[in-house]
Amino acid sequence: MNTTALDVPVVARDIRKTFRRATGEEVTALGGVTFEARRGTLTALVGPDGAGKTTLIRLVAGLMTPDSGSLDVLGLDVAAHPQAVQDRIGYMPQRFGLYEDLSVQENLDLYADMHGVGGDERDERYPRLMEMTALGRFRSRLAGHLSGGMKQKLGLACTLIRSPDLLLLDEPTVGVDPLSRRELWEIVLHLVREEGLSVLMSTSYLDEAERCDHVIVMYAGTVLAQGPPADVTATAKGRVFVADAPGRETARAFQARLLAAPGIVDAVPQAGRVRFVRGGTPEPGPTPDDGPLAGTSVTAVPPRFEDGFMTLLHASTERAHTAERMVLRGVSADAGRDLVVEVNDLVRMFGPFTAVDHISFSVRRGEVFGLLGPNGAGKTTTFRMLCGLLPPTGGSLQVAETDLRTARASARQRIGYVAQKFSLYGLLSVRENLEFFASAYGLRGRRRAERIAWALEQFELTSLARLPSAQLPGGYKQRLAMAAALLHEPEILFLDEATSGADPMARREFWGRINSLAEQGVTVIITTHFMEEAEYCDRLVIMDAGRLLAEGTPAAVRRHARTPSGLEGTMEDAFITVVEDSRRNAATGGGAA
Amino acid sequence: MKPGRPGGTRGKLRRIVALARKETYQLTRDPSSIAIGMVMPALLVLLFGYGLSLDVTNVPVAIAVEDPSPIAMDLAAGFRLSRYFDAVLVPSMAQAEQLMLDDEVKGIVRIRPDFSRHMAIGDAEVQVILHGTDANTARIVQGYAQGAVAQWTARRAAEGYTVTSPPVVVESRLWFNEANDSRYFLVPGLIVLVMTLIGAFLTALVIAREWERGTFEALFATPVHTDEILVGKTIPYFVMGMIGLALCIVAGVFLFHVPLRGSIWILVGVSMLYLLVALGTGLWVSSVTKSQFVASQLALLLTFLPAMMLSGFLFDLRSMPAAVRAITYILPARYYVALLQTLFLAGDIWGVIIPNAAVLAVMAAGLLVMCRAATRKRLA
Repeated sequence: MNTTALDVPVVARDIRKTFRRATGEEVTALGGVTFEARRGTLTALVGPDGAGKTTLIRLVAGLMTPDSGSLDVLGLDVAAHPQAVQDRIGYMPQRFGLYEDLSVQENLDLYADMHGVGGDERDERYPRLMEMTALGRFRSRLAGHLSGGMKQKLGLACTLIRSPDLLLLDEPTVGVDPLSRRELWEIVLHLVREEGLSVLMSTSYLDEAERCDHVIVMYAGTVLAQGPPADVTATAKGRVFVADAPGRETARAFQARLLAAPGIVDAVPQAGRVRFVRGGTPEPGPTPDDGPLAGTSVTAVPPRFEDGFMTLLHASTERAHTAERMVLRGVSADAGRDLVVEVNDLVRMFGPFTAVDHISFSVRRGEVFGLLGPNGAGKTTTFRMLCGLLPPTGGSLQVAETDLRTARASARQRIGYVAQKFSLYGLLSVRENLEFFASAYGLRGRRRAERIAWALEQFELTSLARLPSAQLPGGYKQRLAMAAALLHEPEILFLDEATSGADPMARREFWGRINSLAEQGVTVIITTHFMEEAEYCDRLVIMDAGRLLAEGTPAAVRRHARTPSGLEGTMEDAFITVVEDSRRNAATGGGAA
Repeated sequence: MKPGRPGGTRGKLRRIVALARKETYQLTRDPSSIAIGMVMPALLVLLFGYGLSLDVTNVPVAIAVEDPSPIAMDLAAGFRLSRYFDAVLVPSMAQAEQLMLDDEVKGIVRIRPDFSRHMAIGDAEVQVILHGTDANTARIVQGYAQGAVAQWTARRAAEGYTVTSPPVVVESRLWFNEANDSRYFLVPGLIVLVMTLIGAFLTALVIAREWERGTFEALFATPVHTDEILVGKTIPYFVMGMIGLALCIVAGVFLFHVPLRGSIWILVGVSMLYLLVALGTGLWVSSVTKSQFVASQLALLLTFLPAMMLSGFLFDLRSMPAAVRAITYILPARYYVALLQTLFLAGDIWGVIIPNAAVLAVMAAGLLVMCRAATRKRLA
């Protein structure tokens, strides 16, 4: 083995891979990818869904063979010698296959045996893994009974049962709440910085890419750019600004308007203002009187990785931002009372376990209201009670002026619900799904036909109407689920983790739709893991362990943030501070009692 | 630098043991596996042993005694005392026919008005009319009726009456199943069902489950080899199958008193061969379909149902149409049933054991090779 092979554990040259769908069409997953991963560094494959990240990692793990191109892993041609490579790597797939009916310890033992890690080595390794993952207390618990974040940490521990020559991580933090995400990152960074491990990971979280040594920006099976993350960030240098909404316009409406404007690459809400990235050549500064920016105060800010990423993506694709302005009918913005959801002292018990612990909040008409919290905080339980799917144990619950404890059926007519996993019928086509939901909501005849036509048009599903919904790409599944929930023109739309696993582009499109719904008087209540999405909400609450910890506008909630540098904290910092403080109080309070 | 190189024999053995242990944990913690692997066989044993019997007893018959003489009444009493019949006496044929039409009775024994006169001259006849809707039962009842009449004649002879013997006396004797007890062949058949259930039906789920739950992806990217995965999966189910076999043999011999005339070791040996065939089928179906639902349906269709219908334990193979009979030759259950029936009821008949066991051995080897080919460490 020569030195180059040791220094560069992964060398990929012009890798191509196509798949054939069940329907017969060919899909190009990788269209000529060339990259290297260096020893002792953290290399990240960054890109939206369908960029080819998972396929690439599976090829490196020897679980698939490329159609063409050469791929050397640890100095070996992986297509020819997959087993030799698998003897030396650690691989954590996106859905780590923990045996859920085995305990934490039994899962670890299994992987230790698979890797030939014996008694002495285990005695040395296990305590360190336990310390790293804080799973020590749960060794006898069945893996199936762990939370999502704990499962990911156990998966990582199983992969790290011995020091691999190369560690492959496929979206290790997807679907994991911010606290667990931070813990996982600390582990990975420790491995690279302190133990000199070589790591190749994939991620669709752009803030994670910023922390890697080397990034490979992928889109639709090709590499857009590669290098240190700072290089990617630098592409947006001099193009990033923060602006206040002009006059009485809301930040949300201003953001939507900017995103649709020509020459603007990206626009997102940030602490009551709008952060945007300009396209074209960098200029000293935008002129306040130019187009959509008329009447605003604009400040230049240093770029983030995400800004650079969006600039790259914008330059290489024709994927223009559509306005996503949807036209609803029938919803009158001013009818009825102002408060559409009133929750007072709500309690839900499951046996001795309190899932929702005396929470109170209210939501005004036309508001976008966020429910944030780590896994197991009680968000989904609260949601199900609001939708009348689960009776509360105590407290009062008024939704759309109806008491849900007495008149659930009539309230349900006035709400739409998009469940976490999109309740679609995979074998039915897009149109058939819509027809089914229309019937389920009691729509008939002409109105039914009109509403289905509306849904297909507004959600740009017309060309896909005949495709079975299981074959829709992720973003389109979410559109269809939302379309189905809006068929009966509800006053309130509930979305449970609707953007989980969606890429940055799809998320912007999604929020565009949410904005226009809210502007037309629809109340939107949403749960999310993505802290930056909380910026789109008018108001939000943070929940943990069934209790309400913080409430207010995004700007107000951000002020809770405690950062080591004392700089203005992000929404994620605020979230972590609030949850950690509450957990610490609960622990000390429990000790005193 | 690293002890226990992944490729070494020790590493291989350790992985197989670890996989078998893992599979055992999963097996014992999954209530549905326990239900199929342990509760079902126990239920089948009880059902087959006590509930299901192909013997016909207590057949309701009407005896039309049109001759009220003592000798006719004596014959009628012979029927009434038999455990095979549940006889009602009626004085006329018309009443008996009505009972038959109402499906109250399955047959009529008619003793004509001139029965005693004919008895005296020695050409007496008893008419037996049977409900033919269930031809099998009808045939059995016919035999019983003949038997009852013959017994009655013999008894009278013994009591000193002069009896003109019929010109031909049929003397039948059953070999191997002297008591003509259907349990004798149902219990061996039961073993086939239990072994098929554990061997093929349960294992059909295990590889598909790993594909469905995504547990293979992480496992594949370790030093493990496919054959180690297969062996690790086979061991616990093999043990479970042998427990099922023991359960059936104990129940058969001690509870239902079925004779075991052959060697128990040969019985265990051929059962191991059949179990390997069943395991191979289950694992192969599971590897090919990668879906628990499809695999379980396919396993049911390919193994359990044929084992029940076409193995020759319930229905006689020779009476099947030639085309169906041809199919039975590819069914491993057929060979195993032949072995079981021989070993239990006839003994160590090498002429039967060797060819049948040889077929099972070839099938087992072939299926295990097919499994190995169907399970590859590759996604998509």
